Amino acid sequence: MTGMRRVTAIRNGTVIDHIPAGHALRVIRMLRIDTSRSTPVSLVMNVPSDKLGRKDVLKIEDRELNQEELDRLALIAPAASIAIIRNHAVAEKLKVELAEDLINIASCSFSNCITENTYEPLPQRLRVISQDPLEVRCYYCGRGQNLEDLIENIL
Amino acid sequence: MGDVVTMDDLTNEEIISILDAAERLLPVAKGDVFLPLLEGKVLANMFFENSTRTRMSFESAMKRLGGSVLNFSSVGTSVAKGETLYDTMKMIEGYADVAAIRHSRQGAAQYSADAVDIPVLNAGDGAGNHPTQTLLDLFTIRQAHGSLEGLNVVLVGDLRYGRTVHSLSHALIRFGANLTLVSPATLKMPYEIVSDLRAQGAEVDETESLYDQIAAADVIYMTRIQKERFPDEDEYAKVAGIYKLSAPDLSGAKKGMTVMHPLPRVDEIDSSVDSTDHATYFQQAFNGIPTRMALLCRSLGVEIPKKVK
Repeated sequence: MTGMRRVTAIRNGTVIDHIPAGHALRVIRMLRIDTSRSTPVSLVMNVPSDKLGRKDVLKIEDRELNQEELDRLALIAPAASIAIIRNHAVAEKLKVELAEDLINIASCSFSNCITENTYEPLPQRLRVISQDPLEVRCYYCGRGQNLEDLIENIL
Repeated sequence: MGDVVTMDDLTNEEIISILDAAERLLPVAKGDVFLPLLEGKVLANMFFENSTRTRMSFESAMKRLGGSVLNFSSVGTSVAKGETLYDTMKMIEGYADVAAIRHSRQGAAQYSADAVDIPVLNAGDGAGNHPTQTLLDLFTIRQAHGSLEGLNVVLVGDLRYGRTVHSLSHALIRFGANLTLVSPATLKMPYEIVSDLRAQGAEVDETESLYDQIAAADVIYMTRIQKERFPDEDEYAKVAGIYKLSAPDLSGAKKGMTVMHPLPRVDEIDSSVDSTDHATYFQQAFNGIPTRMALLCRSLGVEIPKKVK
């Protein structure tokens, strides 16, 4: 961030920096952050960035992201840098990495896929075909999805 | 291990080796020689969706090799009571050594292969793949033309829902054939497949006109517009009967050009074509036996003798 601080520092929680500009709201959906709860979430959008030109930043108080959430984040913000904050200090720095297969992160979009039957016990499994632009395909039926579809099908 | 869900499960060398084995097994497929290579082995024919040729040729292939077959149909079984595919396959895993599965839902074969340890052969999953049909198609093309490379193959009809052409197009590109895709705009090959074919460096022509393609074709592969896969009957009515080949249409065709069809046909190929030298579809249907024999042996780890007497 340049110049004055746009949102205050947090005491405990997670800071997600270098989100592609305009994608912070998608990140909130992707991480299933319940915005109706009392935990403060700060959002900064379209601020100048040396790395990305413009970027979004998200600060989520009193919550530390786990690996599964990081995998989700990788779908939208593969260049994101994550800092876990404890007692006002950066306790951990994390990088996101896009997994080869997304297990139970989103469902297949095809109404005739075998995984449509919710009683079937094997997991939803989407294979990452391309990262930029994002394309995933159902491991079972092969149906493709782009990022917009995927956000609709997040589990 | 021995699963074949899509053509990606087989390397080019493995495909050639299956076709070579199928060739050696021809006298067994015809019933001239009895070769009980699969004696004591059991095939589960898991047909959750209707089938004539595929189911019967799997059964004939298994029996000609001395094996036995359990025939399953979803009518009147626990599936009708709501049993999951997972549970049905877990059960059959205890009853058979190999399973061939056909299912109306796409992805069902991969799902089954992940559920069980016995080899699973995809006998058609919805509008997905049909790799055992592709093996017999490749066998038929090789039989007629000697090789697969450089052939002009025209795939015609329902390329959107037609699982046979999905698997076949992948395989043909790998063997260096030139593909022309002929379909109405609403039944074009799914973008996932076309983009995969192009990513492999293939030049794929897409057109709506069949008759312009006949003169240059080495193979014309007709498919049925599948009424049962249309969500809407009106949409079906718009394209039903759109491509029809009859003997006079083939007057300008190359001498050795072969007309193929996975069958059943409705009106895509007029019976006047049957008596021409181009008609290959009944031979093609027979070829399901030797190729499925070779595939069953591969999946069960049974070696086929170099010479079959």
